Amino acid sequence: MPADVTTTPGGNTSAAQAPSDNATGVDVSAARSALNDVEQVPGAAKPDPILVADGIKRQFGGLTAVDVEHVEIQRGVITALIGPNGAGKTTFFNLLTGFDRPNEGTWSFNDHSLNKVPAYKVSRMGMVRTFQLTKVLSKMTVIENMLVGATGQRGEGLFSAMFAFLWRSEEDANTVRADDLLERFLLIKKREDFAGSLSGGQRKLLEMARALMANPELVMLDEPMAGVNPALKQSLLGHVKSLRDEGRTVLFVEHDMDMVRDISDWVIVMAQGQIVAEGPPDAVMANPAVIDAYLGSHHDQDISEEEEDQILAEANAEIERSHEAAHQEDHRRG
Amino acid sequence: MDFTNIIGFSLQQAFGPTAILLCLAAIGLNIHFGYTGLLNFGQAGFMLVGGYSIGASVTVFSSSLWLGAIVGLLLCVVLALLLGVPTLRLRADYLAIVTIAAAEIIRQTIGAASFSSTFGGQDGITDFIGGFRANNPYETRKGIPGLVTWSAYDFYVMTVGWTLVALCCVVVWLLMRSPWGRVLKSIREDEDAVRSLGKNVYGYKMQALVIGGVIGGLAGIMTSLRSAAVGPSFFATDITFFAYTVLLIGGAARVLGPVVGAMIFWFLINFIGVVFSQATRGADPLIPAWIMDSQQASLMRFIFVGLGLMLLMIFRPQGIFGDRRELAIDAR
Repeated sequence: MPADVTTTPGGNTSAAQAPSDNATGVDVSAARSALNDVEQVPGAAKPDPILVADGIKRQFGGLTAVDVEHVEIQRGVITALIGPNGAGKTTFFNLLTGFDRPNEGTWSFNDHSLNKVPAYKVSRMGMVRTFQLTKVLSKMTVIENMLVGATGQRGEGLFSAMFAFLWRSEEDANTVRADDLLERFLLIKKREDFAGSLSGGQRKLLEMARALMANPELVMLDEPMAGVNPALKQSLLGHVKSLRDEGRTVLFVEHDMDMVRDISDWVIVMAQGQIVAEGPPDAVMANPAVIDAYLGSHHDQDISEEEEDQILAEANAEIERSHEAAHQEDHRRG
Repeated sequence: MDFTNIIGFSLQQAFGPTAILLCLAAIGLNIHFGYTGLLNFGQAGFMLVGGYSIGASVTVFSSSLWLGAIVGLLLCVVLALLLGVPTLRLRADYLAIVTIAAAEIIRQTIGAASFSSTFGGQDGITDFIGGFRANNPYETRKGIPGLVTWSAYDFYVMTVGWTLVALCCVVVWLLMRSPWGRVLKSIREDEDAVRSLGKNVYGYKMQALVIGGVIGGLAGIMTSLRSAAVGPSFFATDITFFAYTVLLIGGAARVLGPVVGAMIFWFLINFIGVVFSQATRGADPLIPAWIMDSQQASLMRFIFVGLGLMLLMIFRPQGIFGDRRELAIDAR
């Protein structure tokens, strides 16, 4: 890991940030530099973990989807969870957030055990997730989507719900907060539109903004960049960084290596249900085991035109060969 | 054909006690299906519990009708809990299976010969309405003379019934404009999203099931007040589907949808019924006997209402009050 981590892109803002400026009072730059001393091995202990998981195992029939011995997530930084398709990243996410139950294992958030804690309580404790396939509430307006996100609303109780004077002021305060977030996430013009009419990228933004209504300590993003166009991608990247600068911890699953390299402070690599590597992005991406398992040797360069032609030619030759073989087979039979 | 007579009769029905009980049943279903997305196919079961409770409270326990009504509504809460506890954590279809089965089980059990000494078997219970009838403030037929009138008793039932409908609508309106109602609608859209935002989805679904079930119980009470009797045949499965039809005509997830839907549905059923019955009656009927006889004609109303429902689903799937924009969005 480079020692000058705080001067990497995105780090400048957080280094300048005084600890008291953010919502949670977490000293972001201290949290990031603390990672310098962390051993770069799977299951490494972190100086200030917000989430700790031990011996998590989830089996579907005979298939072991997740088998994580030990993992810790550092508070106040952006941690990326990467791995090839079917590595068990989303399943692991579901297990951590209470949307699925492991066959065995213990895990805790802020030292509170999350064993058998239902998903909604996990969320109330300050660990809010988004979904790979965005879950917006299609037939409700954008602002309604946002307001559902606010926690501990008095008007959400059955009996107080009938008496508007009991919840009106709280509702107004939540609306102001929601409008601020919509402004920040560039959705304010869509305020009164049905969420179902938004584009894929806007839905990702809405889901992230809605999660923030719950004021979470740990934001868990499941493939925030999937299906988002490049222009919006930059703005989403900025938003994820701003979450960290507010003092929130971010854990995200992602396939987009540029994003992982650009914004994450720490990377955890999963393959076949297990954690195979951990470390800062540059170190992890240079790790031969990771490259073999996942990235492929050309991971850091775009395919050039020549290479493309070459691959195409090879593919065509392959197709022709199989055609010829098929023809010969036909002749022999005929 | 005497159209003044036909219209008068149909109007009498459209505002009459039967339309009220369909309306109440549909208001309950609106909370279940329209707002929360719960598929309750056993609304008839809740109605039966309400209806039999006021009957049995007088004939079996020699208690008052009013106490019976309260007990009936409490039993509806119990029924909702019994149905909800095992199913509401599962996918939506399980509630549908369990409710439709439970409603039939209750109906067959209460109509069984072994209980005929208490619940009157297939004949049901009669002669419990005295306490209610005694408070009737009306003495003569009411209505618009020459067009539509109701008997004093019917008008009394209607006064009570439409008051209940109004109260239920106010409660639904108050609830659904609140953050509580917003959570219900969110659950209809996507349970997991709501769960991820820290809401106890199971608890909300249970509350919705109980409230809708209790309103179904009110519909059952109105059924036994209307008929001054209560029997298993009043609560067959078709009443649940009538209530769904009412809901779809009026527009689901709209406060006044069930009210308008019930009036239109019951008006049409009766209007078409009378038209066909008059057209096939007499020595020289309008529709000759070789096309259909009067017995066959009595089924035409369901055929036409079914056809109408299909056309409604094609051309105005949101119902009368629904918002077309909501249906334009089908992607999740």
